Amino acid sequence: MKILVCISHVPDTTSKINFVENNTKFDTAGVQFIIGPYDDYALARAIELKETLSATVTVLNVGLAETEPTIRKALAIGADDAIRVNAVPTDSFFVATQIAEHAKGYDLILMGRESIDYNSGVVHSMVGELLGLPSVSPVMKLDLEGTTVKMQREIEGGKESLEATLPLIAGCQEPIAEWKIPNMRGIMSARTKPLTVVDPKAVDAPVNFQKYELPPPKGAVKMISEDNVAELVTLLKNEAKVL
Amino acid sequence: MAILVFVESADGKIKKTSLEAVAYAHAMGDKVTAIALGTIDKAELTAVGKYGASKVLTVSDERLNQGVIRAYAAVLAQAIQAESADTLVLANSSLGTPVAASVAVKIGASLASNVVGLPDTSSGFVVKQSIYTGKAFAMVEMKNQKKVIGIKKNAVELKEVGGDATVSDFTANLTDADFGTKITATEKATGDILLPEAEIVVSGGRGMKGPEHWGILEDLAKTLGAATGCSKPVSDIGWRPHHEHVGQTGVKVAPQLYIAVGISGAIQHLAGVNSSKYIVVINKDPEAPFFKAADYGIVGDAFTVVPKLTDAIKASK
Ligand SMILES: Cc1cc2nc3c(=O)[nH]c(=O)nc-3n(C[C@H](O)[C@H](O)[C@H](O)COP(=O)(O)OP(=O)(O)OC[C@H]3O[C@@H](n4cnc5c(N)ncnc54)[C@H](O)[C@@H]3O)c2cc1C
Ligand SMILES: Nc1ncnc2c1ncn2[C@@H]1O[C@H](COP(=O)(O)O)[C@@H](O)[C@H]1O
Repeated sequence: MKILVCISHVPDTTSKINFVENNTKFDTAGVQFIIGPYDDYALARAIELKETLSATVTVLNVGLAETEPTIRKALAIGADDAIRVNAVPTDSFFVATQIAEHAKGYDLILMGRESIDYNSGVVHSMVGELLGLPSVSPVMKLDLEGTTVKMQREIEGGKESLEATLPLIAGCQEPIAEWKIPNMRGIMSARTKPLTVVDPKAVDAPVNFQKYELPPPKGAVKMISEDNVAELVTLLKNEAKVL
Repeated sequence: MAILVFVESADGKIKKTSLEAVAYAHAMGDKVTAIALGTIDKAELTAVGKYGASKVLTVSDERLNQGVIRAYAAVLAQAIQAESADTLVLANSSLGTPVAASVAVKIGASLASNVVGLPDTSSGFVVKQSIYTGKAFAMVEMKNQKKVIGIKKNAVELKEVGGDATVSDFTANLTDADFGTKITATEKATGDILLPEAEIVVSGGRGMKGPEHWGILEDLAKTLGAATGCSKPVSDIGWRPHHEHVGQTGVKVAPQLYIAVGISGAIQHLAGVNSSKYIVVINKDPEAPFFKAADYGIVGDAFTVVPKLTDAIKASK
C-alpha cells in the first residue's frame, strides 16, 4: 500500500499578512512557514494508517528549496521519503498538474481540504479529474476495509457517509486524526531520509495573480454599557440596519 | 456568449447563494441559463428567472439526487457545450467548489474561487478573489477563453430583475466511472438555519463554561432567527458539534451580524469571521483581543448580558 501526502508550505496561522513591491508580492519578512494545518491532518492520518497496515508514506511539495525545512518536518513526523517539484506554485492548476505527474501508482492520495494561503480547496478535485480518479473533500473520517474506503464528509450543516474503492484522492480536515508532533528520534532520522528534487512539467498558466490588496481597516469599536443593552439593539436597528 | 449557472438546492429549494450566482451572471451582461440537478419543484425552477436567468435546464436522473462531484461535473461540462456557453458561474460550497475545479479541468477553463466582485474587463478579464482566509484579496486575471467562476457568499446583492424562466429538460451521458463514489447516508440538521449560510450568527467560546449553558445562546439565536456557532476548543472538548466550529480550520461565515460571546478573539478564530458585515463582542475581559475586530462591544458577564439582550430584542419587536 502506497500513500502520497501533498503538503503546502504556508505562513503560520498567526502571521500578519502584508504585500511588498507595489502590492505584487507577499511579504515574507518575519513570517514563520508551516505545513498547511489541513495537510497536517492528512499527514497524521497517513501515519496512523502506516502504523496499522504495511504502508509507505511519501510526501510531495511543489515549491522552491526554501520549503525543505517544512518537508523535513513531515519526514520527522513519520513519512518515509519525499518529492519536491522544484517550482514556484503559481496557481492551483499548475500544482495539480505536477501532483498528477507523480501520483500515478499510489493507492491513496491525501491532501488538506484547502491550503490556507489561497483557500481554493480545488487542487484535489483537479488531480482527480486529471487522473480520472474519485476525489472526496472535506473528509473528516477515513477508514480502509481491503480496497474499500469508508469516509465521512462534512457538508453544510451536517455530514455525509461515502464509500469508494482505491485508488482515491481525499482532502482531509479534523477530526480525521490528531496533529502529530515530531519526536527527537524522528527529527534525527528525517535528516537522512530520501528527498528527491524533480523539475516541473511545463504548463500554460490559466490565471495570473496580478496584484494584492488588504481589506480597509476596521473603524473603532463602539462600547456599550452592560446596563444599557437596549442601546445596542437600537444601534443594530438604526445604524447597522441588520435587525 | 452565454453564461451557464449551476444552481444548488437544499430540501427542494434553490439555495440563496445560488440565486446570488444567477444575479452575478446577470450583472455580467450576457444571456444566462441556469442548470439544476436532481429533483426540484418546478415552481422553484421558474422563479430563478426573477434573478436574471431566461432559461433553466433540469436533469432528472435519480442518481443525481445526491451530489456526486465528478458526475455533476460531467453534466455541467456537457451543458456548457450544448449551450455554447463560455463561462460557468456557481456559488462556492462543499459541493460547488470541487465541482467547479473538476469542470475547469474538463473544459480547459481558467478557474477563480471565492470571488467577491464583478469582473473588470477594461484590460483582460480580472476578478477579485478573497485569499488568506479573508485577510487579503488578489486581483486574478483569467486568461483562457473559457472561465469557471466560484463566488463567495454576499458578493452580489439580490435584486429581482425578471419574470419566470422557461424550464427545459437536459439529457446528459453519464458512465459508471462518473459515479466512483457512493453516498451511503446523510445526516443533516433539518429545519435549523445552516451556519455557513446564516444572515445572523450567535457564537459561544470557552467563556460559556460548559455545554449546559448554551441555552441562553440558543434563546438569543432563536429570537434573532440566527444560527449558532462556537470556537474551536468548544467543539474539541465536545460541548458543541464539530460542524459549528468557526475559524481558520472550521466554517468561514459571512453573515450580516456575528455575535461573539465569551470568545477571546484569537487570530485563527477571527479568520473565520472577518467577512461578517457587523461584529458584536460580549466578553467580561475589556482587554479581550476580539474587541479590536468588533463594531460594537459590551464588557460584562455573558450569563447576565445575553438574557438581557434577548429580552431587549423581544421588547423592540
Ligand atoms: C493551527 C491552529 C488553528 C486554529 N483554528 C481555530 C479555529 O478555526 N477557530 C477557533 O476558534 N480557534 C482556532 N484555534 C484556536 C485559537 O488559537 C484559540 O485557542 C481559540 O479560538 C480560543 O477559544 P476561546 O476564545 O473560546 O477560548 P479562550 O481563549 O479561553 O477565551 C475565552 C474567553 O471568554 C471570556 N470569558 C470567560 N468567562 C466569561 C463570562 N462569564 N462572560 C463573558 N466572557 C467570558 C474570557 O475573557 C476569554 O476572552 C486554532 C489554533 C491553531 C494553533
Ligand atoms: N504547493 C503545493 N505542493 C503540494 N501540495 C499542495 C500545494 N498546494 C496545495 N497543495 C495540496 O492541495 C490541497 C488543496 O489546496 P488548495 O486547492 O490550494 O486550497 C492542500 O491542502 C495541499 O494538500
